[in-house]
Amino acid sequence: MNKTAATFCRLKAKKSNLPSQGSVFLAALAREGRLQVRRRGDLLNPLVFFALVVVLFPLGISPTEEILAPVAPGVLWVAALLAVLMSLDALFRPDLMDGSLEQQQLSGYSLAALAMAKLAVHWLLTSLPLILLSPFLGIMLYLPWEAQGVLLLSLLLGSLALSLVGGIGAALTAGLGKSGVLMTLLVLPFYIPVLIFGTGAMQTAISGGNALPHLALLGALAALALTLAPWAIAAGLRITLSGE
Amino acid sequence: MWKWLTTLYHRLASPKWFYQISGLWLPWFAVVSLLFIGAGLIWGLAYAPMDYQQGNSFRIIYVHVPAAFLAQSIYVMMALAGVVLLVWKIKMADVVAQSLAPVGASMTFIALVTGAIWGVPTWGTWWMWDARLTSMLILFFLYLGVIALREALKPQDTAAKACALMAIVGVINIPIIKYSVDWWYTLHQPATFTLTEKPAMPASMWVPLLLMVIGFYAFLGWSLLLRARAEVLRREHKSGWVKDLLQRK
Repeated sequence: MNKTAATFCRLKAKKSNLPSQGSVFLAALAREGRLQVRRRGDLLNPLVFFALVVVLFPLGISPTEEILAPVAPGVLWVAALLAVLMSLDALFRPDLMDGSLEQQQLSGYSLAALAMAKLAVHWLLTSLPLILLSPFLGIMLYLPWEAQGVLLLSLLLGSLALSLVGGIGAALTAGLGKSGVLMTLLVLPFYIPVLIFGTGAMQTAISGGNALPHLALLGALAALALTLAPWAIAAGLRITLSGE
Repeated sequence: MWKWLTTLYHRLASPKWFYQISGLWLPWFAVVSLLFIGAGLIWGLAYAPMDYQQGNSFRIIYVHVPAAFLAQSIYVMMALAGVVLLVWKIKMADVVAQSLAPVGASMTFIALVTGAIWGVPTWGTWWMWDARLTSMLILFFLYLGVIALREALKPQDTAAKACALMAIVGVINIPIIKYSVDWWYTLHQPATFTLTEKPAMPASMWVPLLLMVIGFYAFLGWSLLLRARAEVLRREHKSGWVKDLLQRK
């Protein structure tokens, strides 16, 4: 029934002078930006989580440079990956609760595009600050200087794939009251390739090699996620809405 | 032939018909699986020649390899069932997917455990971060994720579609995960050991293995039908034919 309603709306949109898909996307971007900036706690928490997890490692393993420096790429990447995952948990839930997600589905505009607007804003406001914070945490873990640039680049490319793939899990678990652990269980296996290439890039950079092949593969993963994940996210959202 | 297949396919979509026809198939799967697994085990464990390098310890291959085969193919079957559910909205496909998941998870677990046990005499350790072991472990987590998703979501319809989507996403990702783990392994490979190239197996070694693989697939059919039949009865417990069935017993 929803499908016929959506088709009807699309037909109507063609006839009358309703806003185009592009302008709706821009409006969605603006709405998401406003909404997410107003939830300041949700913006800060992933950063604090990231820093806190990184701080645990010197305390848990050893504070000496000989031990910390070799594990720094892995620690930074795992902590960043978990922080991104945690921050995605509540991506669609508020919109589902207040009914705006259902309105978006009924609007006749592409649900995938609207979800992408949400993810884009989320990436800009959560992942980007995380990436900018990472070099400072890298210094604290004695990460060699020549790896800092690669750290930034690999996180920049990798976080795109992380956000997009995590969005699928967030869409499927939006209907649950609390889904933190389930979402982790669903999504983490899919993060493994990103982790491997991300840390691989940094380790080649540290050992003096060329990190470009690893970065290229990370870019390929991000591109693949960008082409396939929107449809999976939209399908996941439709499934979640059908269960409400 | 094609027409016969499509008719069978459409008929299997009916829970009642599925229940009746699967009752006829069930004993055949049971007999074939018991026969092949029995013959394969006796041949493989008692009569197959010893490996010239690994001695008797190689015999665990007769459980390990079939389990690993099933572990991987069941996930693909689950995704195919998911496609059938999402495209043709055939609810029986979800019964099949639901019944496949625990079998697949346990096969993956068996493959992991036998791999670990095999590791002790050959590698001298219970666990190696070997590429194949690692991707098997990840596959195990993928199964657990799908099972957990089904447990968590209500109503059943939503859970079914969500699991189907998850299985499809997983099948797209499995090759990516596999290749990345392979590459990671070649980068990090410890120099302490190299798995010696396996010599081409003589027929007396691989024939029992083949028997075991066939037996395991028949076992899959057997346990799948048993689980699916129970699930059909549970889902259709309000329909007339199930009530009739229960009254007759």
